[in-house]
Amino acid sequence: MLPNNRGYFGDYGGRFVPETLMPVLDELAAAYKEVKADDAFWAEFESLSRDYSGRPTPLYLAEGLSKHGGGARIFLKREDLAHTGAHKINNALGQGLLARRMGKQRIIAETGAGQHGVAAAAVCAMLGLECIIYMGEDDIRRQSLNVFRMKLMGAEVRSVSGGSRTLKDAINEAIRDWVTNPGDTHYLLGSVVGPYPYPPMVRDFQSVIGQETREQILDKLGRLPNYIIACVGGGSNAMGIFYPFLDDKDVALIGVEAAGRGLKTGKHAASLVAGGVGVLHGTKSYVLQDGNGQIREAHSISAGLDYPGVGPEHSYLKDTGRATYVAVSDEEALEGFQLLCRTEGIPPALEPAHVIFHAVRIAGSLNKEQIIVVNLSGRGDKDMDIVVEALEVKP
Amino acid sequence: MNRIASIFSQPGHVALMPYVTIGYPSIDATLKVVPLLESNGGDIVELGIPFSDPLADGATIQKSSFHALQKGVTLKLCLEVAKELRQKVSIPLVFLTYFNPVFSYGLEEFCIACAKSGIDGLIVPDLPPDESSELESITQKKGLDLIYLLAPTSTEERIRLVAERSRGFIYLVSVTGVTGVRERLPADLETFVARVRKIATQPLCVGFGISTPQQARQVARIADGVIVGSRIVQLMEPGDNFMSPVSNFIKGLRSALDEAPEG
Repeated sequence: MLPNNRGYFGDYGGRFVPETLMPVLDELAAAYKEVKADDAFWAEFESLSRDYSGRPTPLYLAEGLSKHGGGARIFLKREDLAHTGAHKINNALGQGLLARRMGKQRIIAETGAGQHGVAAAAVCAMLGLECIIYMGEDDIRRQSLNVFRMKLMGAEVRSVSGGSRTLKDAINEAIRDWVTNPGDTHYLLGSVVGPYPYPPMVRDFQSVIGQETREQILDKLGRLPNYIIACVGGGSNAMGIFYPFLDDKDVALIGVEAAGRGLKTGKHAASLVAGGVGVLHGTKSYVLQDGNGQIREAHSISAGLDYPGVGPEHSYLKDTGRATYVAVSDEEALEGFQLLCRTEGIPPALEPAHVIFHAVRIAGSLNKEQIIVVNLSGRGDKDMDIVVEALEVKP
Repeated sequence: MNRIASIFSQPGHVALMPYVTIGYPSIDATLKVVPLLESNGGDIVELGIPFSDPLADGATIQKSSFHALQKGVTLKLCLEVAKELRQKVSIPLVFLTYFNPVFSYGLEEFCIACAKSGIDGLIVPDLPPDESSELESITQKKGLDLIYLLAPTSTEERIRLVAERSRGFIYLVSVTGVTGVRERLPADLETFVARVRKIATQPLCVGFGISTPQQARQVARIADGVIVGSRIVQLMEPGDNFMSPVSNFIKGLRSALDEAPEG
């Protein structure tokens, strides 16, 4: 079973953090191990997932999109319909419940575009926990509506002005807060990245996506899909849908990274496709770095993919060949965005818009008997301003 | 006896360990300030290698790292600076570096280069002993001390782990927090040092948040060394003439330490 007891998936993972946090991570790992075997914990998680988050989310046969692709049938796993508009709520809920059980009243979290921040703020409001969100100064300006949503739900949003002033630096600052307040604070990390036990813990909370997908497709068709495709920034929605299918060798797993303005320009966020192995935010994995081991800034039109690292389990799946990873550019993602709007009346978030483009790209070479499941990880309302600007349309 | 051990072999002497970020505000400044630190009573100098994501550091050292990186400071350049400094000073020089630049350079190549440049030890704040077996065995072969950190949150089990493996000395982080100037020392520092002293035989050096002679004197009563970083970096802001402020500051700390043991 992976990871091993040191938090490694093959060569990837581990805990590269200041000593101050090592006992805190031990405490978290022990607490998570305890709840993992506790039926009462999962009963509460499931009950709130249903009544608060709106699970299960539907698995929808996108006939219009499939027709456009001209080959395989494409199903959409509708995480965009979950409360707060993305899969992020699953992990926020799981960790919120865990923090409450550990007696940690103060929650800190990082956010890039604001989706994880909004999910964390919502869960903290519901559970009565104090919530502080770290967000890069540039992101605060770009995502003012999400900042307002977080504040409405009672969260304090702290601006991060160091480094590149985006997600990477928001994580640095959240870790610094945690180092300073290790006793009463839980760090609600938003993806399958960071030191052990975060990668497997976040994966487990997100794997509800894959479990539902499995039941739903078996229910509809009596068989498993040929392809499962999901976008990968840190990689939590992808791990969530991949994980329950890892042993089904006939199901191809494809992760889509952001090629930004093109891999050749260097302005992208494709750690797996075009990066190298390094250590960032406490874990060993593929990262974007220069020749001197300095972490590079990532670039993507989609803030949720705009991260220069990736979860260690994805690095392992890449090296073992169990999953394959491709990259889709900003321009192609915008095409995917418009395509889903036009063929299905569903505006996707820019993150899964990358996946829509790739799904259609491969669907044409497949036949109607072949099934593709796309993890539609979030809805596009948050991205309207960016799309308007990118397409230079007058709304 | 290596250079670091000989510092701690002087009876009654409390080591003063100033930190500077390499390349802040310039390489030239680093080359000038280290001999100044030595001549005013610094015993071991910590040379900080700038990193893009210094998550154990507060605002002052973050800013200095960012500045140095913008000026093009690389690990390779840091090794050259160390080599040049080794010609100018005889006190131990220790690199303080995050792990990724070292990992990217290659662990073995880096340690060979360190030994050649006259570096005596390494402190890697994001590499706890749980992750460092490879670097530890290479440093051992190349005659470098790999110095581990302990924090107030460290359990007895972790203190034992570090006590078994730290070479040269143990770096005690005085507070739960990041580097940076603080008004007062934490109340439980003495208990923390005593907890470590019960288990470890290495010299114990305390850092994080120490910036005044009064604080240094307090720490000297319970520890074998005092590490001072952010305050020196503050004195070296671009444009400042840092030579006399830094030497006065170090002299002040030195005399505070020298009068401490009786108190």
